Order: sequence, then structure tokens, then C-alpha cells
Amino acid sequence: MTGVTFSRRSLIVTGASALATGATGLMVPARAKGVAPTPSMRGGSNNYRPGAPIVDRIGGGGFWMTGTVRRAGDGAPLPGQRIQIWAHTTEGHERDPQSHGATLTDANGEFRLEMPQIVPAFGQPHGHLAYDSGAFETVFLRPIMASSKDKTLAAHFVLQPA
Amino acid sequence: MILAVAVPIIAAAASPLLAWREPVYIAAGFAGVVSMCLLLMQPLLAGRLLPNLSPVTSRNWHRWCGLALVATILIHVGGLWITSPPDVLDALLFVSPTPFSAWGVIAMWAAFAVALLGLLRQRLGLRFRVWRLGHTGLATVTIIGSVVHALLIEGTMEIMTKWALCALVLLASARALAKLRVWDVRRRA
Repeated sequence: MTGVTFSRRSLIVTGASALATGATGLMVPARAKGVAPTPSMRGGSNNYRPGAPIVDRIGGGGFWMTGTVRRAGDGAPLPGQRIQIWAHTTEGHERDPQSHGATLTDANGEFRLEMPQIVPAFGQPHGHLAYDSGAFETVFLRPIMASSKDKTLAAHFVLQPA
Repeated sequence: MILAVAVPIIAAAASPLLAWREPVYIAAGFAGVVSMCLLLMQPLLAGRLLPNLSPVTSRNWHRWCGLALVATILIHVGGLWITSPPDVLDALLFVSPTPFSAWGVIAMWAAFAVALLGLLRQRLGLRFRVWRLGHTGLATVTIIGSVVHALLIEGTMEIMTKWALCALVLLASARALAKLRVWDVRRRA
């Protein structure tokens, strides 16, 4: 602590700013249960085909499914995780094999896979994603597009070790 | 009348979504649209609100439209089942992620009950006005359920004609209920 001297003014300023930061929640002590795992969504597993192949692109492309995969608790990005994607698109129904594909997350735990344009089916324009590789608990997501004209859709996984 | 029914069907037939659907899915969707059109006919016929139709003819048409409505609902649900069984199973079990599914399923069961009450009217032996209150009460559940179901869906129906058809269904129903004074179950003096 040599060399650090507090005048009355600097002590008040430092103390007050520390209090203010604490009050805004910016200064959070490390918590074991920081990032909660993502629960599966209702209907997320509908028309799932386990073991869809890893592909560079589903069909002709033109639409991007993006997202991240992190670990529950510390929120660390998880590279190399296999995410399966399917939807009702301009090139096929959810049940059709050609509507399914898988991709792997990169070093930052991010994934993006090009696929045909998703179109509304069963009343909503939506996609399906699955993590189902065993190392973590299986999670099925069913994100909905804000507009059926969107050219991209994002979904984020926080996985719980199995 | 013909216009009110034909325009929504023609508008739905022009939907770009049809290009990306299989015939069974298209048929299921149109069975739903036709159901909504029949749902407009039912209160008009029950309330004898259509001109140039005698009460007996009106009643007969009401029966046939009712049976047709049950048939189109079965085609609607059956066609969707063939298209995507897990989605329909979720809907029937009330665990679907889409809020409109529950409204549709409730409307469907109410419609079947309404039809059953119609078929069993004489066998039930209820006083006519009591029977009518039950029949129209359940029909109201079908109508409100169907309208909410349709409005929440992003499907082949074009938005303006869908809202217009739904508004007409509600108007016709309110008009028929008011004309028949269905809530009055007192014996006729």
C-alpha cells in the first residue's frame, strides 16, 4: 500500500463511486451458478431426426441460422459442439431429410449455418435446433422469427454437463 | 353473402405459402378456411337472417351446414396430422408452443358437442328453449375459439379478408342470438 495516499476528497469520491457501482450491479462477486442452463422449448423436438449429417450448407441457402453455445455456470464458450438444425423452408417440410443439417461451433462457441428461407408453417415462421451429443444435457430450441421476411434467426444454448 | 365467403377463399388461394406446401397440407389449410365460412352460414341460417329462405329450408340448410362443418374440421385436423403428427398431438394435448392451437382444439370439441346436441335433440327430451340455450352456448364457444384461432395464425389467409370474415362471423352470431333471445328460457306464455 506504499505510495497510495488518500486525501479526504479522493477517499469520498472513490468510496462513493464504489458504492454506486455496487448498487448498479456492475460489481458482481464470482458466483458458481452465474449462467443458468437453457431449458428445452415446447415443441422443440418435433420432427427431429437424430444424427443429421454435418453440412456446409442446407440446400441452396440464402438464410442464416446463427447462435452461441456456452457452459452453464461460468458461461464459457464451448467450441466443437454439434448443433442440429431443421425447419419448414422453401425447399421442404420439417419432416423431409433434406431440411435437416448439423454444424459445429467455432473456437468462440459460435455457429452459423446457411439454409433455405424459413417460411411460416403451422401458424408461425420458426426454426428448430438441437444439442443432442451426450456430453451435456440434451436441449431442443424452437425460436420464432419476428417477421417471416427475416433472412436470419438466432438461438443460444447454455448447456448443463450431463 | 357469396362475396363474403368467396373473397377470403380466393385470397387464400393466391397465398405465396402454397408453393412450399404439399397437397395434404394445402387441403388441411383450406378445410380450415371453409370451416370459417360455414361458421358464418350457421348463425345466419339459425336466425333465419337470409332473405328468400323459408324457415323450414333455413333449418334444413342449418343441419347440412352443421354436418359439413364437422367434416371440414375433421379434414383440417386430419390433414395437419398427416403433415406433422407431433405438432397436432401437442395441440390436442394442450402442450403446444403456439397459443392459437388451444383455441382451435377447444373450438373443435365444442363444435362436436354442438353437433351432437343437434342430432340428439328429440332423444334428449329437453324443453326446446333449454336445449337451445345449450346448443347456442356451446356454439358461442366454437365461434369465439375459432375466431381467436384464425386471427393468431400466420397462414395462407390474407390478413384483411381474414379479419373481415371473422368480423362478419361475430356480427352474424350476435345478430342471431339477439333475434332469437336465446337467453330467455321461460316457457312461452
